[in-house]
Amino acid sequence: MKVPLSRVAIARSGDKGDTANVGVIALHPDAYPVLAREVTAERVKEFFTSICLGEVERFELPNLAALNFLLHESLGGGGTVSLMLDAQGKTFAASIMGLEVEAPGDVIETCDGVRAGTTRGRPLEAAGPEQGEAE
Amino acid sequence: MSEPGRIVRVASGQGFWGDWQEAPKLQVRRGPIDYLMLDYLAEITMSIMQKQRQRDPDAGYARDFVELAVDLAPDLVERGVRILTNAGGVNPDACRRALIEGLGGNPTSRPLRIATVRGDGLVDRLDELLAAGHELRNMETGEPLTTIRDRVYSANAYVGAGPLLEALALGADIVITGRSTDTALTYAALAHEFGWKSDDWDRLAAGVVAGHINECGAQASGGNTLFDWRGVDLVTPGYPIIEAEEDGSFVVTKHPDLGGRVNWATVTEQLVYEMGDPLDYITPDCVADFSTIQLADLGEDRVRIHGVRGGPRTDMLKVSIAYHAGWKATGSLTYAWPDALEKARRADEILRARLDHLGLQFDEIRTEFIGAGACGTREVADASAIPEVQLRVGVRGSDRAAVERFTREIAPLILAGPPSVTGFAGGRPRVQEVMAYWPALIDRSVVEGHLTVDVVEAA
Repeated sequence: MKVPLSRVAIARSGDKGDTANVGVIALHPDAYPVLAREVTAERVKEFFTSICLGEVERFELPNLAALNFLLHESLGGGGTVSLMLDAQGKTFAASIMGLEVEAPGDVIETCDGVRAGTTRGRPLEAAGPEQGEAE
Repeated sequence: MSEPGRIVRVASGQGFWGDWQEAPKLQVRRGPIDYLMLDYLAEITMSIMQKQRQRDPDAGYARDFVELAVDLAPDLVERGVRILTNAGGVNPDACRRALIEGLGGNPTSRPLRIATVRGDGLVDRLDELLAAGHELRNMETGEPLTTIRDRVYSANAYVGAGPLLEALALGADIVITGRSTDTALTYAALAHEFGWKSDDWDRLAAGVVAGHINECGAQASGGNTLFDWRGVDLVTPGYPIIEAEEDGSFVVTKHPDLGGRVNWATVTEQLVYEMGDPLDYITPDCVADFSTIQLADLGEDRVRIHGVRGGPRTDMLKVSIAYHAGWKATGSLTYAWPDALEKARRADEILRARLDHLGLQFDEIRTEFIGAGACGTREVADASAIPEVQLRVGVRGSDRAAVERFTREIAPLILAGPPSVTGFAGGRPRVQEVMAYWPALIDRSVVEGHLTVDVVEAA
C-alpha cells in the first residue's frame, strides 16, 4: 500500500556546513526493511531536487533502524553565508515525511500501533549484564 | 578506582548560547547530578567573540554563563556538582575573572576552584604555522588558507578531554575552556571518574555517544520531536541526564518531576542529528562507530545504550576558522488575501527591477515566499486561498554600499508597490557581515604542546 513516510517513520534534520543531514528513523524495527528498500539516495535527491544541488549520500544504521542522508550543497552555502530562511535545514525532516513509500499492510498496522501507544517502538531489555558480552 | 555498579550522572544544561536559561538551574536543583555540561559554542560563535575581544580585551566569552554560575554557586558546593563548559570562548581567563568578581556577591561555604584551559586559539600563530608548512587546506574545497589569509577572523583547534582531565585532577569545581569539543564536556567527566585510559577506544566511544546525546539540550528529551510532540510537556522540559557506568554503558534519563520525555524516539532523533558518516564519528580522543550502538527503551523516561565500539584517535585535530566573506541583508513584507502570493511575486519583480536599474552588483539575490512553500518542498494546492504571504528577499555581496542601498528599497514598496501590504514595523533591515566557515586539519602536536591549565580559588 502506498503511504506517506510519516506512517512508518519519523525524522530529524540538521546541518554540517552547506550539507544538510536528514536522519530517517523507523517507527518500529519491522519497518526498517521498507525504509531500506524505498528511501534510496536517488529518491531523496529527487524529493529535494529544488533544494539539493549536490549529491545525496546514504548511510545505514540497522542497529537503530535508521538511515542517515547527507544532502550536499543544499543550504545555500550554509552558516551565515546562506540567505535561506531555513539555512540549517531544520525543516527538511518534516518535509520528507511526505515522501510516498510502498509498505505492507501489517507493517503499517504495527507502526500505527506505535503511534497510538499500544505497541512498543523498540524492545525492552533486561537492565542487567548482557548474555555472552563478558570480556 | 570505582566501586562496581557505581553511577556517574552528567546533566545537559545548555545546548547553545541562547538556550533556555532555566534548564541548568532545574538540572542542579531538582535532583541529584554529579556534573553539569554547558555548551555555548556554535561554529560561528568564536568569530563573534573574537570581534568582541578586538574591541575590548576583557571580552570574548559567554557573559550569560557568568550570571548563571554565580546564581548556582551555593548549590554547586552544597550538592557537590561540578561544571564543565566552553563558555570561555576566546578569552577563558577573562571569563574566570568576571566569575570570581561575581562570586564575591554570592559567597559559598567554601571557595570554588575554577580552572581555565587555554591554547586552542591559533589566530595569533597563523603566520608562524603557515611558514612552517601547515597549509590548513579547506577540508571541502582543498584550497590552502593563504587564499583567504588576510580575511581570517578567528582560528581555534577543537580540543578533546586531555586538558579537562588535567583540570579535574587538580580539583577544579568549574572548568572553563575555549574551543573544546561539545562531546568532551560530557565524556571527560566519565573518563575522570572511572579512570578510563586514553587508549580505551570502546569506553571513550561510548562517552562520545553520551556526549552527542547531551550536547543539544532538550533535543534528546522531547524537544523538536516528530513522535507525539503534542503529548510532551514542553513548558518545563527536563534536559537529558546521562547515568553512566564504568564499562561505558549508560542510561539517558531526566529528572522525574520535570517535563520533557526520554524514549527511543527522542534519543534516536538526537543520535542522527548533525551526523556525517555514522561509522566514522571522529573526535580528538577516538573515532566512534554509531552503528554499534545498542539501544533499549526501558520505559519511564529511561533509555539504555550499550555495546558501543570505537577506534584509535587520529593524528590531526580539526580547526575551526572563520573569515570575512562579504555582507548581506534580508528584508521582508507581508501581503494579504486575496491573491496574496501574486501580490508578493509582483513586489519581488518590482524590487529586483529597481535594484537592476541602480546597477547594483550582488553575488546572490534570493527570494522566498513564506506561507507558500519556503520550507522544504511542500507545494500549495490553492495559492489563492492563503490568508497572507510573507515576501522575504536577501542579498549578499562584497560591496557593502550595494547591500546597504538594498536595505533602503524595502520600505518604498509599502506606498509604491502592490496593495494589502503590512509587516514593516521592524524598520530598515540591518547590514550583516558574512563570516564564512573554513574547516581545516592540523597536526595535534602543534596544538597540544601549547595547552595550559591552571586553577584559581575564588576568595
